[in-house]
Amino acid sequence: MTPELFVHGLEWTEKSLYVYPNEFIYWSIQIVMYPYMTGLVAGAFVLSSLYHVFGQQDLKDMARFSLVFSLCLLPVAMMPLQFHLQQPLRGIEVMFTPHFTSAIAAFGIVFSTYAVIVMSEIWFVYRTYFVEQIGELKNDTSAAGSIKRWIYIILALGASDLSDKAVAKDKKAVKILAGIGIPVAGFLHGYAGFIFGSVKANALWMSPLMPVIFIMSAVVSGIALCMLTYIIIMEWKKFQAVLARGKGDETVLLLRGVEMDVMTKTARYLIMFLVAAISLEMLDLIFRGYTAMKSWDILRSVMFHEDFVKIFVLQYGLGNLVPFIMLLIPGLTIRRTVIALCLVLFGVFMMRWNVVIGGQAFSLSFAGFMHYHLPIIPHNLETFKEGLFGALTVAATPFVLFWGINKLLPSLDLKH
Amino acid sequence: MSCSRRKFLKSTLKGTLAASVPLSAFRFLSPAESRAATESTGTPGTRWGFIVDTNKCVGCGFCVKACKKENEVPYDAPVTRTWVERYVVTRDGKDYIDSPMGGRDGFTDPKIRGEEIPPEEITKAFFVPKLCNQCENPPCVQVCPVGATYQTGDGVVLVDRSWCIGCGYCIMACPYGVRFFHPVYRVAEKCTFCYHRISKGMKTACVDACPFGARQIGNLLDPEDPVAQIVQTQRVAVLKDEYGTKPQVFYIGLDKNVR
Repeated sequence: MTPELFVHGLEWTEKSLYVYPNEFIYWSIQIVMYPYMTGLVAGAFVLSSLYHVFGQQDLKDMARFSLVFSLCLLPVAMMPLQFHLQQPLRGIEVMFTPHFTSAIAAFGIVFSTYAVIVMSEIWFVYRTYFVEQIGELKNDTSAAGSIKRWIYIILALGASDLSDKAVAKDKKAVKILAGIGIPVAGFLHGYAGFIFGSVKANALWMSPLMPVIFIMSAVVSGIALCMLTYIIIMEWKKFQAVLARGKGDETVLLLRGVEMDVMTKTARYLIMFLVAAISLEMLDLIFRGYTAMKSWDILRSVMFHEDFVKIFVLQYGLGNLVPFIMLLIPGLTIRRTVIALCLVLFGVFMMRWNVVIGGQAFSLSFAGFMHYHLPIIPHNLETFKEGLFGALTVAATPFVLFWGINKLLPSLDLKH
Repeated sequence: MSCSRRKFLKSTLKGTLAASVPLSAFRFLSPAESRAATESTGTPGTRWGFIVDTNKCVGCGFCVKACKKENEVPYDAPVTRTWVERYVVTRDGKDYIDSPMGGRDGFTDPKIRGEEIPPEEITKAFFVPKLCNQCENPPCVQVCPVGATYQTGDGVVLVDRSWCIGCGYCIMACPYGVRFFHPVYRVAEKCTFCYHRISKGMKTACVDACPFGARQIGNLLDPEDPVAQIVQTQRVAVLKDEYGTKPQVFYIGLDKNVR
């Protein structure tokens, strides 16, 4: 087929039995990444808010980190959408000419509101730090030092008052913003669920439970990612401390203690949200089976035959049940936590996959199936964007951003 | 806080300038443009409707060919604005359905997906042409995030190729699978009832191409119109009524096996 005759979806869709001629897997890997990434954003923010709003002291060390991390994830929630659009340059029209009967049209508004909340909250958390740095870097005459100082001067926005009264006001603002942020984060992700749940043409997607299921699994994945990143950074610090001072040094032991403590406490929240997510998903499944509407025949054959391994073995088994048991067995170790967290993240990813790709695994005719083959080696822009490497680009971006942002907003310092 | 007049004027000026920067993203519409945006379009007193008589269809595929040529949908691309389905139902109640290349080249092979069905097993077989139902309550229009797809005053759903962002939400929202991405323009594409023809008093390309009169288009609001009369006086059915889309393509002789 000539390049100008590019039929979107033809490349990765394999049809079996009777599928309407125009049906292809139009929403591919990037639409799997989209709710996955927004889920991570929302989850990371909710985790930080648990400390700021509800004063969960056990999450203090995690709170600052997860807040900064949710900032890094923020631009990444938009990336997959942009990658997936057939007319990426027109993507901005969603902001300028929103058509409000569409669930997607709310994206611009919800997303910007959320971005503003996250950024202002970070500003209030870090204002004291900015002002302190301006003072500290005064004596630094190196070019890097003065550039850094100027950046902090700009970031401080001229608010250099560090009196107790002013700092107390900062704290209050953080609390309010975090409080508003929770429903907005929930809404940001819940409406991602609504985008799918409201498609009446799709028998698998259409469910009023969809937004709630999405929020729960979002929080699960957000917490898991924050925990995992925290462990990696702490391990790196420990490694550096071991190199510098030897294995038995006090700093190393202190780091180990702090790390384990934070993990045990955060894991409790992870388990709670995991239980909620699984219960809702099971409720949805049981309800569909029990009511056995017209679509149940085809849904059943997708769930129990075509996609059985992906849904029951990979998602529920390996992604939910195994880590659940691993985290519940007493005597939690870092190694076990890491494996469990990776499995949780994988499980949530599989859930997104099974919703997005699984929802297109059967024809609207209810008489045929479509199979998705993820493009691995790209041979044109389309197969890069909507292939393995496009997805990996999206997945890697928050870490690159965090590396940069952490230089200005250190979120892992033990002093704080 | 004290505020001198000079300071007040200065900040007002600054504020105005700052506010005008984002406002510059907007543009003024000409009177004709704003009228097109606010007033209803299409021929007044018209609601386009379609009749498909499945008893008359022989599956020749002339309609698909004509449509592809008329509407510049690449001939060899597997996507199409209209297509014809073949149904073969056997004694055991099983149905076999196919539509190779949308039925463009007719159905000359008795095999369905390589499977030979013994003629003595067949209890009934028929063809069903499909096209956009131009729903009264179109889900595709509802979900478009930028309003690039819209319903005209005379009931036809169209796509603005210069405004569609290509998100595919409308394709997902259509229960009938009539939408696809145009292989050349890379935006959402669908049957328009040949709006460029019907609004000039002509018939659609598929109606003109059908040698057996299986397809008819007309104005449902005109009591003298043959299509309106068929809908009013005969037993007609629509596809997938349960979605609440209120389709305006009416079928004569629709079988329960039709998907």
